[in-house]
Amino acid sequence: MNGQNGQLVLSTRDVHRDYPLSGSAVHAVRGVSLDVTRGEYVAIVGPSGCGKSTLLNLLGAIDRPTTGTVEIGGTAVSSLPDREATRFRLTHIGFVFQRFYLLPVLSARENIELPMAEAKVAAAERQQRSTELLGYVGLAERAGHRPSELSGGEQQRVAIARALANRPTVLLADEPTGELDARTGADVIALFDRLNRDGMTIVVVTHDEKLAGAARRVVHMLDGRVVRDEPLLRRA
Amino acid sequence: MRFQLAGRTLRRHVSRTLLATLGVAVSAAMLLDMVMLATGMRQSFASLLGSNGFTIRVSPRGTLPFDSEATIGQGAEATAAIQRVAGVTAVAPVLGATIHVLGRGEPVTAFALGIDPAVQGDYQLLEGAEPTAPNTIVVSDAFLRAAKAHVGDTLDIAVGFDPQLRTYQGRQRLVISGRARFTYLSAEDRAVALRLATVQAMVGGQRADRVSLFMVRTAPNVDPEVARAAIERALPRVTALSTAGAIAEAERRLSYFRQLAFILGAVSLIVGFLLVSTIITVSVNERVGEIAVMRAIGVSRWHIVQQITIEGVALSLTGAVAGLLLGIVTARYLNSILRGFPGLPDAIDFFLFQPSAAFRALGLLVASGIIAGIYPSWRAASLPISATLREEAVG
Repeated sequence: MNGQNGQLVLSTRDVHRDYPLSGSAVHAVRGVSLDVTRGEYVAIVGPSGCGKSTLLNLLGAIDRPTTGTVEIGGTAVSSLPDREATRFRLTHIGFVFQRFYLLPVLSARENIELPMAEAKVAAAERQQRSTELLGYVGLAERAGHRPSELSGGEQQRVAIARALANRPTVLLADEPTGELDARTGADVIALFDRLNRDGMTIVVVTHDEKLAGAARRVVHMLDGRVVRDEPLLRRA
Repeated sequence: MRFQLAGRTLRRHVSRTLLATLGVAVSAAMLLDMVMLATGMRQSFASLLGSNGFTIRVSPRGTLPFDSEATIGQGAEATAAIQRVAGVTAVAPVLGATIHVLGRGEPVTAFALGIDPAVQGDYQLLEGAEPTAPNTIVVSDAFLRAAKAHVGDTLDIAVGFDPQLRTYQGRQRLVISGRARFTYLSAEDRAVALRLATVQAMVGGQRADRVSLFMVRTAPNVDPEVARAAIERALPRVTALSTAGAIAEAERRLSYFRQLAFILGAVSLIVGFLLVSTIITVSVNERVGEIAVMRAIGVSRWHIVQQITIEGVALSLTGAVAGLLLGIVTARYLNSILRGFPGLPDAIDFFLFQPSAAFRALGLLVASGIIAGIYPSWRAASLPISATLREEAVG
């Protein structure tokens, strides 16, 4: 694996996820076992409906496997009760969604501060950390703007800053460039690259070849299974 | 941050929030008015009866005070008998009669009360002097207007009219010694009060030494019910009614009124609840994606419920405060209409603002706002996160 120090951050064992549909079952994920070590940058790719987003949701503890286990940092998140799973997501997992999903009534800074407020981080520290994160994603001047006043690329960068607010163990992103044009998509890809270089473990689901190409490891899925798991050459 | 988020969410759809608040305000005003109506008459009747300290009314057997023209004979003897009852501190005899003011164009007819000026409880003197002299009289403002008279004027007054002979009887010249407000009559009633002996002398014949009503004061440490029973034992030809008994009787007669007010109040409360519930449900349904994302990034279900419930409470509370003002204004207006009923005492209010009852009712409305917020928010916060996000992405 391509982890910086080989410490296991995320691990799935024989994970299945079935959905009932009109009396039968849809097997969205079929026996996926995957290990991600600290500092890895993994892209999960595959055709639509292959189960990659479902797998990401299972990795992020927002869905439960039908069978199998998901562990993050040694915690079996797949068996956590809802309240503990929620707390775990708050403090250990950063989520980035295709549609950004910023709260429209909050400013960029307030959106970033929301998970920190939920984690009961003191106001002064929230302010300081959100300032740092806004600077990190290049939006220091846009702190007071509402999502409707930001471009798609800017909104996604705010969403990334929000995902990083509680210093998560792993950053999970579902098609983070899916709603962006090529130029702003490239900005987000560059930001992910910088984050990974700074030590963040990233797992991204994407159709975007450029984004997948920026990852250090690409996991190919087909019909709910991992069909190929290949490390890419680390760029200089 | 939850308050901030709730406030901004409500401001996001200003017109919807304003309309919902207005709806809740109207519902709260109606609820408040019904609460004021349900208790107003009872309370104002109770305070009217208790205002002058008389605790027992004694009227001819089987009648309520001034319910009929029946009178109690041997008034002086009856007065003495009541005074002898243990715990009785004062007895105020009253004889009702109709008088006619003559010599001022068309005769002016008025209601006359024969009283003992030393212990009367029928009027408050506004100007002038008590009718202590046999030829003096105190009158209402309506009487002064109708008779085109002033305090100090002398009037030619009769107490009866024989239609066959076309003559007035019991005529006497009386001087207006004062102007008064009559406690149990409306401001539009033409009323006068004069000494009981004067009225009895004017009516003469069979009505001399007769009394329509006795008002009785009891010592503070005496149970009026005990004194009331003792009076009825001492005078078998009378009915004695304590203030509590009179209020109970009034309540019995007003029970349909109260039930109507209760039903309309309950309907207002339900309408307010449904309004807030609908607005919150619509708002939550618009935000299921946002809520799912909040859950995904680690916001607890309980905190989402809290935030949405705050929105419901804010709507209810703002509506309740606006409704409080609206309710008081409409109650005053309705009260002024209803008090125009002829013959109603001035002191009777249909709508009476009682802070404790009003705030209890409005508290109920705010509590309904909490319930209205909890269900839709809990439902939205309990939706499966991944499925909701997938549906939102497709939508």
